[in-house]
Amino acid sequence: MSEHVEWSDTEAPAPSASAAVTPADAADAARLVAFGLQPKLQPARDQEYTELLRRYRDDPAFARLADAVAAGLGLVVLEVSPRAGMAVTAAEDSVFAVRMGDYARRTAADSGDRFLHGLAHLAVAALAFPRPEDLADDSYIGRITVNGVDAFVRQACRRLEERAEEQGDNTDPATDAPGLEAAWRIWARRSATGATKDARRLAGSTTGIVGKAAAFLTDSGFLQRTGDDHGGTYRTTARYQLQVRDMAGSAAMAELLELGVVPVTDGTASLLPADDTSDLDLVADAGLPFHS
Amino acid sequence: MTSPASTDSVPPQLSAGPRPAPGPAADEGLARRLRALACTAPLHDLDARKANLAGEYSVYGMAEVALAAIDLVTLNMDFDTGADHEQIVARLIPRIAAQAPHRPVAEHERVARWVLENLINVGSVDRGFRAVYGTFTPDGSYVRRDYDFKLIEEVPGPGGTVYLRTTDEAVNVLVGALDTDVTSAQIAAEVKLEVLINRGRLADAQLAAEQARYRTVQYSETLRRALEATRRNVRAVDWLNAVPDMIAEALDHVADRYRHENAILTNIRKARDETEEPEHKRRAAELVDIVKDCIRRHTQLQSRLLEAGPLFRAEQDRQAFATPTTTSGIDLYGHLVAPVLPLPLERAIRITDAFFTHGTGLRTPVSVRVADLVDILLTPPVEREHLGAEMPEPDLIATPDDSRFSEEQLAAAKELLDLPADAPRRLSGLLAEARDSGGFDLAYLVALLAIHAASPAVGTAYRQGEEKLLFAVDDGTDLDDPDFGGADLIVGTALLDAVGMAADRTEAA
Repeated sequence: MSEHVEWSDTEAPAPSASAAVTPADAADAARLVAFGLQPKLQPARDQEYTELLRRYRDDPAFARLADAVAAGLGLVVLEVSPRAGMAVTAAEDSVFAVRMGDYARRTAADSGDRFLHGLAHLAVAALAFPRPEDLADDSYIGRITVNGVDAFVRQACRRLEERAEEQGDNTDPATDAPGLEAAWRIWARRSATGATKDARRLAGSTTGIVGKAAAFLTDSGFLQRTGDDHGGTYRTTARYQLQVRDMAGSAAMAELLELGVVPVTDGTASLLPADDTSDLDLVADAGLPFHS
Repeated sequence: MTSPASTDSVPPQLSAGPRPAPGPAADEGLARRLRALACTAPLHDLDARKANLAGEYSVYGMAEVALAAIDLVTLNMDFDTGADHEQIVARLIPRIAAQAPHRPVAEHERVARWVLENLINVGSVDRGFRAVYGTFTPDGSYVRRDYDFKLIEEVPGPGGTVYLRTTDEAVNVLVGALDTDVTSAQIAAEVKLEVLINRGRLADAQLAAEQARYRTVQYSETLRRALEATRRNVRAVDWLNAVPDMIAEALDHVADRYRHENAILTNIRKARDETEEPEHKRRAAELVDIVKDCIRRHTQLQSRLLEAGPLFRAEQDRQAFATPTTTSGIDLYGHLVAPVLPLPLERAIRITDAFFTHGTGLRTPVSVRVADLVDILLTPPVEREHLGAEMPEPDLIATPDDSRFSEEQLAAAKELLDLPADAPRRLSGLLAEARDSGGFDLAYLVALLAIHAASPAVGTAYRQGEEKLLFAVDDGTDLDDPDFGGADLIVGTALLDAVGMAADRTEAA
């Protein structure tokens, strides 16, 4: 597991050993948190940052001071380590939190758009860490492409569409109740791309939405852009893994459970072949045999 | 009923009248037909709305242009990409021009663009169409439903370009074969074609061949999607049995079709060459084109299938040799994506919102001091470097000329071998002449060129459209020469039909 856990274990005997905190210590602790607020800054590139990280590791009193500064600012400490640096993230309602309305204007009025932007982030994470092991393995680096994420979601949607067809369900939503439309349909019917006058990506298309998510995550220090192929290629950073594993994944899971939906898996990867290989008639349905 | 306008309108056909039998089967068939009907509506709409365009556009048959556009896009859909927007516009113009020859070309182009944009439905955010129809639910209540569909969709191509593809709906509308299985429909179309050719009914044969081509395109499109999906995630596929089976099946299928279509090709070629009537000849020639195109597409498909195996193995290596680690307990796809997608929107949005809120990290709020603001506003914009860094001048080193023969010798040899087409010569004579004029070196070069001509580069000459070709033939006579041994080749020049070859090349392409 993360080193963070080991360090919190050492916190218990610390109080007796704590010396008086000087303003200089507080300044250093705040400085470390300030480094953490620059997510694209790599610890190895900055000597002072590396120094403060070492002090956090070696000096429990200093570590508690830095944690307190972070907590006071409305930040959650995910991990403090040489690889991830001072990985902090915004607590809910913190001034540092990102709000959907600021992220994309249209989402305020259009719940469909709001869903698409949220799903884009979820899909980026799911494709970046396709197996549960990938999320747990600290050394794992995920790679995604914008077009790949879109195709991945479309594939899953297609699978659902086919399943609905097999069962003879009519998935066309009732006209006066757009909120009851199945979520996958929203993505499936949005166009994947579109020509624009200035040759930029059409912002409302699904690749536009995924591209925006990837660019935003890059600014958050979660992804690094590695190329322009397939709509843009990216690789994940240690921070993204922490954020998805410790924050986003569990928060979304909690919400899902609250809705009464309990996904049952045995902990192994679900992106696997289905048991009934008749499903694998790839020629006919062009769908991947995703479990759901 | 469809089209850019939003969907407040009520379908007239169901708003009144007696209630149909509420049996689910009957109703389902009705819903399917209503949806099929809806797919044609955008085309009718074009003709209905052309009156609203600024200008006198009623001379144009918009539905006809639209169908032609769908045809063009379908036929230009390649394995990797789709059809190019500009190319489609350019190819539409001749037909539009034929409808109104006296109008300016700019107007023709405008019509082409208008039709194409309306088929994509550029105005709507989904870039698709929506039709409203009504059905009875199992409990007997009447529900209006939205049917969303696209006719031409825009897909991302390499390098950020946008290509056009026709959707399954459009292909179905176009060929009029709703609810059919791709494979069987293809076989049916081909059997029909063969029968028609045997009976000499070429007009119908052409129609059937065109249908077969649509099927071929549709088929390769399905396979393309499958292969692309596999490339994305090797774990998602059973690679031990199912995928190799699938590839083998597809290869068999391609081989089968290839044999079949080659047989058809031979038949039609015979029909083309034997028939007297010019109209039949022309139709047969067109048919040859279509079947050739089918074969080309199958070949493309086959090469793609052959690449699939190595791709799997590479992916397998990459993923299988990673060390197993403990699981974190969260399987993002299985636990989140898969359960969220089937949920109704209003519930799914709570989960995606939660993920978004906790998964986007932090943003440091921007606060600007007035003093800084003034500075920022007064700073001139930074000149952007459009051209990038300056390229260093390459340092070139002249390589010494170590050719065996000089340019003059080559020219002399070429001149010697520039024989009239009707008068081939013996190599021995050529060698003697070369030795007299240019010594041993020239003779040696002539000998080399003659040997080279024994296997003339026919393919290259064909591709480059050359008018003549040097060739050499061995008729069994031994070469009697002080320096060289072997056969006394007959060297001559063959004249090639450059014009005919050029026509043939275009036909093949």
